[in-house]
Amino acid sequence: MKVKNLSRRHVLRGILNGGVVAVALPVLDCLLDDNGKAWASTGEALPVRFGTWFWGLGATNRIFVPEKVGAGYEIPSQLAPVGRVQQHVNLITNLNAFRDGEPNLCHYSGWIIGRTGKAPKSSAEQPGETLDITVANQIGRTTRFRTLTASATGDFRNTVSYENANSPNPPEISPLEFYTRLFGADFQDPNAPTFTPNPRIMVRRSVLSGVLDEIKSMQKTVGAADRQRLDEYFTGLRHLEKQFDQQLTKPEPIAACHAPPVITQDPKMGVEVEQVEKRHRMLTDLMVMAVACDQTRVFNMAYSNAQANTVKEGYEKPHHTTTHEEPIDGALHYQPQCAYFSSRAIEEWAYFVEAFSKIREGSGSLLDNMLIYANTDHGEARIHSLNNMVAFTAGRAGGRVKTGLHVDAGATGVTRVGFTAMRAMGVDLPNWGVKSNMTDKAFSEILV
Amino acid sequence: MTGGAALAVTLLVATAVGALHGSGEPKSKGTPMSMRLLTQDQYLNTMAYVFGANVQPTTRFAALPRTDGLLASGASIAGLTDAQLETYQKTASKVASQVMSEDSRKYLVPCEPAAADAADAVCAKAFFEQVAPLLYRRTLSDDQIAAFVGAAGAAAASLHDFYQGLGVVLEGILISPNVLLVAEVGEPDPEHPGQLRLDRWSLATRLSLFLWNAAPDAELLNAAQSGALETDEGLAEQVDRMLASPRLETGVRALFDDMFAFEDFSRLAKDNTIYPNFTGETAVDAREQTLRTVVDHLITHRGDYRDLFTTRKTFMSPSLAPIYKVAAQGPGWTPYEFPADDPHAGLLTQVSFEALHSHPGRSSATLRGKALREVMLCQTVPRPPANVDFSKVQNPDGSVKTARERIAFHLQNASCAGCHRIMDPMGLSMEAFDGSGTFRHEENGVEIDTSGNLDGVEFKDIVGLGKALHDNPQVPWCAVRRTFAYGTGTAADSNDRRVLEHLSAEFADQGYVFPDLLRDVALSRAFRQVYEPKLRKTYPLPDLKSAERTQQRAAADALTVSANP
Repeated sequence: MKVKNLSRRHVLRGILNGGVVAVALPVLDCLLDDNGKAWASTGEALPVRFGTWFWGLGATNRIFVPEKVGAGYEIPSQLAPVGRVQQHVNLITNLNAFRDGEPNLCHYSGWIIGRTGKAPKSSAEQPGETLDITVANQIGRTTRFRTLTASATGDFRNTVSYENANSPNPPEISPLEFYTRLFGADFQDPNAPTFTPNPRIMVRRSVLSGVLDEIKSMQKTVGAADRQRLDEYFTGLRHLEKQFDQQLTKPEPIAACHAPPVITQDPKMGVEVEQVEKRHRMLTDLMVMAVACDQTRVFNMAYSNAQANTVKEGYEKPHHTTTHEEPIDGALHYQPQCAYFSSRAIEEWAYFVEAFSKIREGSGSLLDNMLIYANTDHGEARIHSLNNMVAFTAGRAGGRVKTGLHVDAGATGVTRVGFTAMRAMGVDLPNWGVKSNMTDKAFSEILV
Repeated sequence: MTGGAALAVTLLVATAVGALHGSGEPKSKGTPMSMRLLTQDQYLNTMAYVFGANVQPTTRFAALPRTDGLLASGASIAGLTDAQLETYQKTASKVASQVMSEDSRKYLVPCEPAAADAADAVCAKAFFEQVAPLLYRRTLSDDQIAAFVGAAGAAAASLHDFYQGLGVVLEGILISPNVLLVAEVGEPDPEHPGQLRLDRWSLATRLSLFLWNAAPDAELLNAAQSGALETDEGLAEQVDRMLASPRLETGVRALFDDMFAFEDFSRLAKDNTIYPNFTGETAVDAREQTLRTVVDHLITHRGDYRDLFTTRKTFMSPSLAPIYKVAAQGPGWTPYEFPADDPHAGLLTQVSFEALHSHPGRSSATLRGKALREVMLCQTVPRPPANVDFSKVQNPDGSVKTARERIAFHLQNASCAGCHRIMDPMGLSMEAFDGSGTFRHEENGVEIDTSGNLDGVEFKDIVGLGKALHDNPQVPWCAVRRTFAYGTGTAADSNDRRVLEHLSAEFADQGYVFPDLLRDVALSRAFRQVYEPKLRKTYPLPDLKSAERTQQRAAADALTVSANP
């Protein structure tokens, strides 16, 4: 989308003096070029977006991992929901996270390696930059939000996205607040028939330059250790400035964008599976429209935390405790209650993928122009295994990725999935990760 | 300290600092100058004090990392994200519109403009002179005030509204890094050559965040401006005034809310089928009950800190009554005292401790033992080893009835026993409370054995555990350590050991009266004396610094530059 152009400020001055300005009608598919691959008005290619999805405590591999690899694999029972979206996803199994001599930090090392490429030394060590941020710094700078992060857990202290060790991106946990942030008063409907820039924003923007000056004088007084945080503050102010500019600019129409129904109340708090599921679906529906309306091109969603504390009504132990305390059923050869919790997570993964696949964009779906990477914290959670981990991708990344495949990674590193995803998103890295987790081997089965 | 020694010390101190607060505080490096993020509560309290209690924007600042037991210490290392700045801006906008609303403006703007639809420099000046220093936590130069007045004038002219013009500039002030970051500044200490002390504004802010959890009031700023705060008498006068202020209660509640990790209440929920009496309101009231108990005991009655673990006096609300199985009280909060033979005595027997450190559907001896160690005793319990099979905890044959039998294997297994020995013996005595915090004698029809020991002190039930805790010297030591770290804004480290030992001795001498501890900390030299912290150790990822890539930075800069006229 074209957000900036040279004469915009000149035009704005005219708009502000002239009051309301009527502009063209909402735009439908006619605004796309004949192939449905680009916006006809600008000739710019449809953007490719990147998302991540997280669930805690892995899968029940015995009833999850298909025997057949490649296309048309059979669907074991726990994978059943994925059957609905099989043609949109890739399942990657038999992945390892390598500790490289560091301790196995339960429910921590595994997912952090999968998102940063590095085994943490201690649980006090926060992750560094996560891969969503790496991608966002590449493709997310023109949208209203560089990234969006949400979590269905109700726990706003726990996130899967880090700018750096001291700057986690806090997740949205309330559908009501998320709705308000995305589609509240500051939302500019790209298909609105008229465009009226708010003069208050114009004034707000000019006041902001004074605030930016204050940072410069503070930089002289703080110690070296805190200068980086001042820089972050500065970057944040620039981000606000950019948001103000966008609000003063008439947006390009987007056919797929329809502001969702107003949310006036949050669902009940709690970690019971039905409650988590409800929050997950509400947050997902909002996230889908945020992407469709090009409010962001990079996003994260967490269904549960690592060491998930999801509970089942009437059953005394949360998911995590169950993984450790439930005996393996003699006939089934797995832990049945744990399998219940994992199955519910996989059901929500299928919901998440379907939700994006239902939005028409160009000649295909929104999902076709996206890549989603889903990971978890352990292989067999009962013993905190970092072997036999599973991951998914979803979407075709605008044609850069093939889907519908089951890939057996052959006990290679989980970082290969993240590396493949970043390559598909155009991040030009020769390799990713450190020590044993370093990889330069993308999954060639998946990349086109 | 008696006789000659005390006299000698007093004389020494008299020579050095004027002997206002006679003490043998050992020399120390002081504490690091830090740059803290103003916390959400500090921000909201400040708004309420500057603009009145009606100004209450709904907001949620990003979570702070709990660092060495305190969120307050995390505020000195937490970074900032775009999302956080967005939150700051939205909140500022809400405050400005509440302040400038038709109802509020007549109280909060100290004058009427000549015309409501145009700029008025005189009235704008009066407004900013009143509020801006309270928000910046220092007096401002005429030039700075003039800049606000000028910006408000330009804004009023283009919006044709005096109050909106004022509001937009107020919004800008409220997202200023000088307002939202507490960047401490040091200066050479004239009385101690070669050492640094906090400058007067930094000291005023450190004091008021410590004691009030809010920015300084006008009187404290005046004391800083006049230089009074830099004298021992002036400092003591201000600290005593602050300790006597009704704002102290807010400050003490914040300290204990942080120390007791009560932010976990924001995600506490219980399984309704297992604990039907435990509702969302119960969780809110459980937190409130403990904070009321703490304030009443420590501040109102100036009681012995250690008695918090044995006191039977508390407060009761209608939603808590069924959990405690007492007659419905109320409406609202009422003082309540448990009978002398009741098992409820002290903070450990309150719902806030027992329910917070349990699972949604059952109790947990291990979580409770761990919390007792970490929260009340400032000790660290190591994480469990990765490769452990816990499945014995769930014994499907039904012959195992109680938690004590279920987790007995912890102590039989060498790799578990090391840590569980410091959690389970006290955690099991708390099995007298179920996961919702309700007292019980039995689990699955079998009487619960609540005996245990804490660091060698044997007891037979939860009341005995409270007494053991009361008499454990680590308890007041932990309170001193946390209070000092909370007050100075950074985690305590080995540099502080001698000062903490000194403060602990004073605390004991004064009968463990908490306001006296607050006073001692606030008046200590270590509180004022500062040093430049060394660069913190970080763990950068060598291959992943995309934010630093010059090409992208340049592209981003180009975008913004082109947006400027």
